[in-house]
Amino acid sequence: MLKDITLGQYYPSDSILHKLDPRVKFIGTLVFIIALFLVRGPVGYAFATAVLAALILLSRVPVKFMLKGMKAILLILIVTMLFNMLLTPGEPLFSFWILTVTKEGLVTAVRMALRLIYLVIGSSIMTLTTTPNQLTDGMEALFSPLKKLHVPVHEIAMMMSIALRFIPILMEETDKIMKAQIARGADFESGNFIRRIKNMIPLLVPLFVSAFRRANDLAMAMEARCYHGGEGRTQMKPLIYAGRDRTAYFLIVLFLAGAVVLGILGL
Amino acid sequence: MLIELKDVSYLYSRDTVYEVRALDHVNLAVEEGRFIGVIGHTGSGKSTLIQHMNGLMKPTEGHVFFEGEDIWAEKYDLRKLRTSVGLVFQYPENQLFETDVLTDVMFGPKNKGLSETEARERAVSALKDVGVGEKHFKTSPFELSGGQKRRVAIAGVLAMDPKVLILDEPTAGLDPRGRDEILGRIQRLREERGITVILVSHSMEDVAEYADRLIVVNNGKIPYDGSPREVFSRYEELEGMGLAAPEITYVMHELRRRGFPVDVTADTVAEAKESILKELKGGRKRA
Repeated sequence: MLKDITLGQYYPSDSILHKLDPRVKFIGTLVFIIALFLVRGPVGYAFATAVLAALILLSRVPVKFMLKGMKAILLILIVTMLFNMLLTPGEPLFSFWILTVTKEGLVTAVRMALRLIYLVIGSSIMTLTTTPNQLTDGMEALFSPLKKLHVPVHEIAMMMSIALRFIPILMEETDKIMKAQIARGADFESGNFIRRIKNMIPLLVPLFVSAFRRANDLAMAMEARCYHGGEGRTQMKPLIYAGRDRTAYFLIVLFLAGAVVLGILGL
Repeated sequence: MLIELKDVSYLYSRDTVYEVRALDHVNLAVEEGRFIGVIGHTGSGKSTLIQHMNGLMKPTEGHVFFEGEDIWAEKYDLRKLRTSVGLVFQYPENQLFETDVLTDVMFGPKNKGLSETEARERAVSALKDVGVGEKHFKTSPFELSGGQKRRVAIAGVLAMDPKVLILDEPTAGLDPRGRDEILGRIQRLREERGITVILVSHSMEDVAEYADRLIVVNNGKIPYDGSPREVFSRYEELEGMGLAAPEITYVMHELRRRGFPVDVTADTVAEAKESILKELKGGRKRA
């Protein structure tokens, strides 16, 4: 039952986007998000749409998976659109009861909606084509200059990858314990709010016990292999830029320049 | 017929790249009062199979019947089914959660709707059945030893007074004494109360000793289903599936190969001993 939830939602394939260095993808996503806030006019949005469509095609991930993320933001999307349409002052387009939709409001609403949708799709392209571990490796490499400022970059990255690694394990564990308690007649579905929370105890207590046990075992296993933080630690597969990564950086810079120009011109 | 699976298939992660067919058109009937062993290598579909028997998993295709009723029919009471078909998962001690042993075992009977006193009676008798002494009733389940935790967890399912008891590797990680103790008690329960037992195990010795019917699961299918003797006589095919026959069967085959005409279908040490002794005595007479 819990197996259907995808988190970190990596979609295996061997497209060019999958092969790119995670640092490139991370920076690319960041640039894309910035660009979304730079462009204002229809030409700018058409430009962003074209780039996004090209990326989706390049990623070879079914569009169905891209749109899955949309469900989560549907509510925010509707609320944002409604407020923008109704509360922006300007030239009235039509009125209904005490509500008035303005022309400016409609334009802002559409712009906001597009921004939100592109933002979600843009970042899911990154998470769909990059394994969580590659992602944390990439982030560690990108943020390593902060080590000079005594920011524990390696430790944070390690914690992130452990946390990510444990999500599926804990999900599986939850599923198992839930099933075991259902087999003993537990009921997780009916009853009022308080009743339901009480019914969660047989699930939560064993889950916490096992999480602590696993954390303990893992710490022990890491220490047994002489783990002592990031100092002098090397990687089995260090991140090295290839030719395609440089090409990608070049394209990202081009894209950013295009977005800046379109933004300044207000097209 | 107690439990019946008709043409049951189950697909994990349907319609995605991760799709796996865990059960493939399985047909199976479980008669009352049997002790059924289920063997298969890791990932063969054993766990998926047993979870279909008490309605924890819904077949993608096919039907499951309990006492003749389709358990996925509308308005069928699945909770009641789950108290009739008790399922003890692997490492069941991971499900303990209460502050003391007795209260934990009472969880099942109370969910069944029994009163506090009745639930307590059930729990006490279940704990006695698995051999947990009264002095442990008020201790925290987390303070017990591994073997005792396991027994308390099994008692938690037994206390619901099920007609069928399904155990998924109940002896994994226990020492030989703990293993014999638990299996012996389950065997006794079956004799005394007529409970139907389904035992999933990786130990060929265990299923040979206790089961009167053996089901082999491989790649979501059931290639062999018969008495342990019948099934273990195909030990060469079993090896191809990552399984084996009990050690003693190999000893008997080797003895016969070296010209000692013993009964090669013997699959427990006791049977083998008898056959060898008989052969020795008979042989002496002949000589």
